[in-house]
Order: sequence, then structure tokens, then C-alpha cells
Amino acid sequence: MRDIVIVGASIAGFSAAAELRAQGHDGAIHLVGEEPVRTYERPPLSKGVLGGEDPTTTEWAAARDDDLDLDWLVGERAVGLDVGGRTVELATGESLPYDGLVIATGASPRRLPGHRDRAGLHLLRSLDDCLGLRADLDAGPERVVVVGAGFIGGEVAATCRLRGHEVTVVEPLSQPLERVLGPTIGAAVADVHRAAGVDLRLGTGVDAVLGDDHVEGVRTTDGAVIEADLVVVGIGVVPNTAWLDGSGLAVEDGIRCDATTLVAPGITAAGDVASWDSPRYGRLRIEHWDNAVDMGRAAGRRLLASDEGAEVYDPVPWFWSDQHDVRVQVAGRPTLPDQGGDLVVVDGAIGDDRFVALYGRDGQVTGALGWNWPAKTVRYRMALEQGLGWDEAISAASP
Amino acid sequence: MGYKVVVDFDLCESNAICMGVAPEVFEVRDDDFLYVLQEHPSEELRPKVEEAVQRCPKQAISIEDE
Repeated sequence: MRDIVIVGASIAGFSAAAELRAQGHDGAIHLVGEEPVRTYERPPLSKGVLGGEDPTTTEWAAARDDDLDLDWLVGERAVGLDVGGRTVELATGESLPYDGLVIATGASPRRLPGHRDRAGLHLLRSLDDCLGLRADLDAGPERVVVVGAGFIGGEVAATCRLRGHEVTVVEPLSQPLERVLGPTIGAAVADVHRAAGVDLRLGTGVDAVLGDDHVEGVRTTDGAVIEADLVVVGIGVVPNTAWLDGSGLAVEDGIRCDATTLVAPGITAAGDVASWDSPRYGRLRIEHWDNAVDMGRAAGRRLLASDEGAEVYDPVPWFWSDQHDVRVQVAGRPTLPDQGGDLVVVDGAIGDDRFVALYGRDGQVTGALGWNWPAKTVRYRMALEQGLGWDEAISAASP
Repeated sequence: MGYKVVVDFDLCESNAICMGVAPEVFEVRDDDFLYVLQEHPSEELRPKVEEAVQRCPKQAISIEDE
């Protein structure tokens, strides 16, 4: 295998490139990235950097790519893939031939229905988005409306409060993060927002963003008008697969790959865009940092492996979110009450500064949630990798 | 040639990813601080330490060859 093309120059793509070199690939590696910059970290974009930290602290490749000999094609967009001819088509009209391909095009923020660009209306995904939003915040708007109380929405709300803006969050679910963490933990997150002075409007969506040239607020689905100088929409992301239309590859909520990250012979995928068959959990697509790093490395190794020697990619997922003075860390795949799941607090108590809760179903622990308690959370994460029985975990945790 | 594990504790946020990867070398204790158990791990552990370097979300770990 001589030429490897990696489409997507964010963390998953870069991790694949680094792993290919670590495994001894000495052919060319072409790293195609739509954004005009080399790999950087996204997690700080809704936290520290939005709050005013130096954006260069997000640089990721800069300190790591010296010995990797990568052909950086940044500011280039892939628009098509010819699987039979083994070429990637770029927006410039150029064709990039490959012997091996890694698909790591990530995801884009979802827009509200009827979205129309206007001043003061923001999405948050890229460094550019972050700096644009930050510049608007620097101008000192009083009232900010955040649409969506998920991870991005919650973090943006927290950062805006820290910066001194008035913040209203509009969320259609009855608790923040309800679909990920369930109603009990969601309610605890809601309390943190309220304690920090966030005006939380739950159980209502946004019907329309108001204002012609500049946003003036939002109208909610229950008819209320919330005036605002700035509106940030954080309602999830959609995998970037449009460039694969017509390629013949299976796209269904992301690019489908098998349990080894293989999409088709000579093609692997990783990160937010990749939907794979996890033996542990079934079909899975994960939009978090750790998976981008880990799956990127797996996709790099898979490209060089034989079908017989290929390893299965089957991690226990892990992610974190910082909102106000709380760091939530989650390991595994929490099963929620509407899926027949249980929730038990095993260390501390909800309402304390820190606690740990376990999710479980059918006699097994399915997830662990740490609330300001990394040391305990990581131990559960490690135990989950081995498989952790519910009774065993509960009795081990009891004093 | 040996190597040394270096943690920038100003950057470290005790995410404990490193401990998940290389518990022989990194331990986040109940005070939520990271402790480096071995500053000079064996060559055998090097791939794990390198993985921890790559996966740290704060880029707080590095390896110094010596």
C-alpha cells in the first residue's frame, strides 16, 4: 500500500495518520481537511477558548506532526468518491488516487428548520464558529438565548454565564441531557444551571428565530417570545456523508463499517462520521473526543491489517462535559428508565459536590456517571471493560 | 536508551484517561490528583505510555528520551 488518503483532518483523521506511521507505513499520507488549518481540539471551543483563552492552545498537530511526513491538503473539500477507480474527487476538480482510504469527515451542526443566516445567530463546531461567537460576545450583548440543553448548549450556557451575560436556555425535553443520562441526572444538571443563574425553559422548542438582519430573539413552540441580542443553536450534529452520495457505499446515519472499522476493501472509517457494529453494544456512532482518537488509530491499523489479522474495535465509550462547576464523566452506554434501566448512586449522593451513579439492566452495569469524581469514574470504566455485574458492583460500593 | 514520563500538572485535569490506558504508570487517587507511579517505566510499557500521551485530552503527558 503506497498512497493513503485520509479525508477529514480533525482528531480522528490525524490519529489514523499518526498510527499508520507508528505501524511503519512509509508511503505517502495525504490528509484532506475542509477547514484551512491543521488539526486542532474542539472540546475547548465551547469552554475555555469561548471564555477568552488563547485559541492557539487548541493546536494539536503542530506539536505532533514533525516526524510524520504528512501531505497536508487543508482548505480542500472532498466532493466525491470513486470506489472502483480508487480516487477521491476534490472541490477544485482535482482527483486524488489512493491505495487505502480513511473516511473521517466528522459531522456538522444541525440547523433549525427554516434556518436563515443573520447577524447574531450562531452555530458552534469549528474554531471559526467559536471565534465568531466570541467576537460577538466580546461586544457585550446582555441577553443570550441558547437553543438546546445538550452538551454543546449546556457548555455554551455555562461559559456565557461565566462571562456575565444573561442566559436563557430553551430545550424541548423535560430535562437537559435526558436522552443521554436519563431524567434523574438530567434534573441534577438542570439544578446546576439554575443555581448558576441560567433561565432554563424546559419542555418547549423554538418555533422561530426572530429578527430580519440581526436576531432579536426566539419564539418558542408554546408561543412565548424571548428577546435576545444573540442566539446560539446547539441541537446536535449530522454526519458529513454528502460527498459519499453515489459512491455505492452504505450510508445510514453515518458511513457503515464492520466491527473492525472496515467499510469496503481498502477503506476504513473513524470518528463522528462512522457507524460501526460493536459486538458489545450493536450499531454505534459516537460523537466524542476519546472515540475520535481511539477509532482513528484503529482505522489506521485496520488499513494495514489482513482480513484474518484484523482486530475488533470494541471500546467502552467515554466522554466528559464541563458545565459551571461540574465535570460530568460518563463511561459505557447508560440504559435509561424507558429502556428498562436502573440507576443507583453508589458514592455520595445527588446534590453533593461529587457523586458516582451506575446505570444497569439485566443484571449488568451498563454505564457509570461521575459527578466531579474522575478517580472513581475511571475505575468503573476499567471494570466495565471486563464486564461488571450489577449486584457485584452494588455490594462492592456499599460501606 | 531509557525514557522518562513527564506530566505538566498545570495542564492536567485528572481526566484519568492515562490511568485507563496504563494503570501501571498513572494513578488518579481519591483526592483526584494524578500520580506518576513510575517515572522510568520499562520499554515493555512504552507503547501504553505512548498511547496515553496520544489520548490525553489536555496534552499534559510527554515522553523524554534519555
